[in-house]
Amino acid sequence: MGHLTYLGVLAGCLVAALWLEPVLRVNVLRRWRRLLLTLLPVILLFGLWDLAAVAAGHWSFDPAQVSGVRLPGGLPLEEVLFFAVVPACAILGFEATRAVLRRPAGDEAAADEERP
Amino acid sequence: MTYTAAALLGVAAALAVDLAVLRTRLVTRAVFWATYPIIVGFQLLSNGVLTGRDVVRYRPDAILGWRIASAPVEDLLFGFALVLFSLSVWVWLGRRGVQRTPAAQGRPRFTARRARPGASTATPAPPAPRSRDTRRAAS
Repeated sequence: MGHLTYLGVLAGCLVAALWLEPVLRVNVLRRWRRLLLTLLPVILLFGLWDLAAVAAGHWSFDPAQVSGVRLPGGLPLEEVLFFAVVPACAILGFEATRAVLRRPAGDEAAADEERP
Repeated sequence: MTYTAAALLGVAAALAVDLAVLRTRLVTRAVFWATYPIIVGFQLLSNGVLTGRDVVRYRPDAILGWRIASAPVEDLLFGFALVLFSLSVWVWLGRRGVQRTPAAQGRPRFTARRARPGASTATPAPPAPRSRDTRRAAS
């Protein structure tokens, strides 16, 4: 059970956010290419930060509470999943908020008129 | 460098990306600040579990030692940089025409006729820009 702690937290994040896709129809998963293109630089840059932080000893992971799958560089699989899950959840929340509040985010078709 | 310094640098870098590099200016928009408290709430919850159960452990001399919901305060800065950078890239891609549509509808499914994805009777999302966006994104 212990090895699943971190994966369980990530699953919890997904459960908390994924319902927005069908219920508020935020269409984030439907725009999966845009989502993947967003996640790519995030995973790369924050993965590098993570590697540097582990190398510098800023933080470490309890081997008893991660799956044990390690990626090249030694990061636990969960860390890279974290950098995909958290941004995806943030985007789901962002799209839900903008749709409910009907406020612009800057990527609307007529985005040239600037109104915060 | 300490985690404290790295986290402050990360926030500065994310702000620079949002304001100067991609120029999405999310930090000047109401929708960003309306979303962020919700995200922080869930961050305190999930990060509280990760740090409270010591899944992630911090070297004491790399952090200030101020903790919120058992997580070092630096994690809030790290999270801010992560979320701002992610949303900035997402909005920037949309502005560049990468799958700008189908936009979020925000209407509960029960109050609107549900259209199956791809069905020709699909509701609001304007069809013309969608196909253009798809083509541009595919190239």
